[in-house]
Amino acid sequence: MADKIDQIFVTLKALLLGYVPEALQPLVSGLLSVLLVLSVFPGIFALVTVIERKGLGRIQNRLGPNRVGIPFTKIRLCGFGQFIPDGIKSLTKEDVVPRAADKVVHYLAPIVMLVPVLLAYAVLPFGRHMTIADFDAGLLFFFAVGGAVEVSVFMAGWSSRNKYSLLGAMRAIAQMISYEIPLILSAVTVVMIVGSLNLSEIVQQQNAYTHGLAHWFVFTPWGLVGFLLFFIASLAESNRCPFDLPEAESEIIAGYFTEYSGFKFALFFLGEYLGMFAIIGLGITLFLGGWTSPLAALTWIPSYVWFFGKLAAIVFVFIWIRGTLPRLRMDQLMNLAWKFMLPLALINIVVAAIWHFMAVDWPRWLVCSALIFGAYVVLGRGLMKHQKLGKRTYRFAE
Amino acid sequence: MSLSLIILAFVTLLAASAAMSLRNLVHCALALAVTFAGLAALYLNLDAQFVGFAQILVYVGAVAILIVFAILLTRSGDTPNEAVLAPGWISGIAISAGVFTVLGWAVLNSKALPSSGTLSLAPAATVKDIGKVLMEQYVLPLEVIGLLLTAAMIGAVVIALKEPSKSSSSRGDEAQIKKTEQVEPSHVGSYVGEKKGAA
Repeated sequence: MADKIDQIFVTLKALLLGYVPEALQPLVSGLLSVLLVLSVFPGIFALVTVIERKGLGRIQNRLGPNRVGIPFTKIRLCGFGQFIPDGIKSLTKEDVVPRAADKVVHYLAPIVMLVPVLLAYAVLPFGRHMTIADFDAGLLFFFAVGGAVEVSVFMAGWSSRNKYSLLGAMRAIAQMISYEIPLILSAVTVVMIVGSLNLSEIVQQQNAYTHGLAHWFVFTPWGLVGFLLFFIASLAESNRCPFDLPEAESEIIAGYFTEYSGFKFALFFLGEYLGMFAIIGLGITLFLGGWTSPLAALTWIPSYVWFFGKLAAIVFVFIWIRGTLPRLRMDQLMNLAWKFMLPLALINIVVAAIWHFMAVDWPRWLVCSALIFGAYVVLGRGLMKHQKLGKRTYRFAE
Repeated sequence: MSLSLIILAFVTLLAASAAMSLRNLVHCALALAVTFAGLAALYLNLDAQFVGFAQILVYVGAVAILIVFAILLTRSGDTPNEAVLAPGWISGIAISAGVFTVLGWAVLNSKALPSSGTLSLAPAATVKDIGKVLMEQYVLPLEVIGLLLTAAMIGAVVIALKEPSKSSSSRGDEAQIKKTEQVEPSHVGSYVGEKKGAA
């Protein structure tokens, strides 16, 4: 029974494909998968915008949206209908294009942003046997399509002919290129251990249990460090607080999409959130066991529930961080990436190699943990060396 | 020749000619990015997954951005008034045709290419195979390239460093800044103290 519920979407799709002539089957199968991604993830995006506003509201000691429910009824749903008027508003607003703007590039930028982000979902395993395009170089594909986002950010910033847009685009590209390196290097450790770039294979390797506990990579020393590096880098890649310098409302208005309004603005917003979900999904797949359950006793829960549950949990942490941490300064941002995360990611690769070649016993836990802890302390000291952090002096109005 | 190959070739060639002939340099760079993406799609069309994705990752994600940055940092975004074609365009075409001929001749006569009878069978190379070959058979060229790139990076850092020799005046500035920095805390303290005293 549990197995049937687990595979319900796979069997449903096979059932639907049964009604289609043989020649059209690959096409219809692809269309069905694309439709599913196009309906599920924007739906999650709509809910997350409300949850984010409500969560930030609670963190800042206010209520957040709590009025809009189902239209024409008295049902309020705690304000979870808020995304409907938001969507209608962005669809009906005037599409303002600055007179000096480069019209073609300005028009193309949101499309170039959204298409690669949607492509990235093709390789993520959402559940058991639930990968849209399960091929050999899946991880490489994910990072390759991610690279196209930078081009779109530049297109948006440059074509607007606005100094804030260009500044925001420059900041965004510098940040994305800097944090892409620790992101990829932290993912390399997983590839080294698994010996494959196929994401389904990576999940399958973590789908084993000892003493009822899953073999998730995050439960190893190198995996924990890799996951934390990946997490920080993915925060930066998705331009989330505390790395939201490219958008920095208080400094450069909204960065590269200052000059966008109406539906194009909504597309940028959608692209940013879908990119965030995709990169979280990759982090889950690489380090948190993908669709597998953490305990052997809980394997009866369907695989896709685990995947989306983990996604929701990490999105919650992202919102929590946004409500808690202040924005970094540009030099702090670069120092963190190049002087701390990059060396730590390189050392982590060496540690993963040691882990791979040492015998499966407690000494490898000791050696690997000691190496990582030592590197962490030394690098952290190095990062803090030139920061003259004395006692704070406060000045109060009297 | 399949339909996908024709479409991809058409898009790639169109983007390449746009990259040569557009007036705005940033437009040229963006057209070049499209050309790179088209080349990657051609590789993927030939079932060369690793090369295709590496092409996108390196060329669209990094090289195109680098070109765009170089354009923005070195000249203003104004559209130039001179003609699109450089004066030496005829000799340019002659040279590129010559290079193409030599390369085509070399590829067609290469011993690595199988004879035309077995050409239809594309060799299936997974990423794993490529990694194995790189790490075993071609490990020395790989290391040499790594060394070369490291040297290039160090060179770039050295060029970007501030020159210490002509900073006699700027050093003075720095000293002054340091002095003011040292002065400031005590000044603040006295300011706070005064306020407190006044209170």
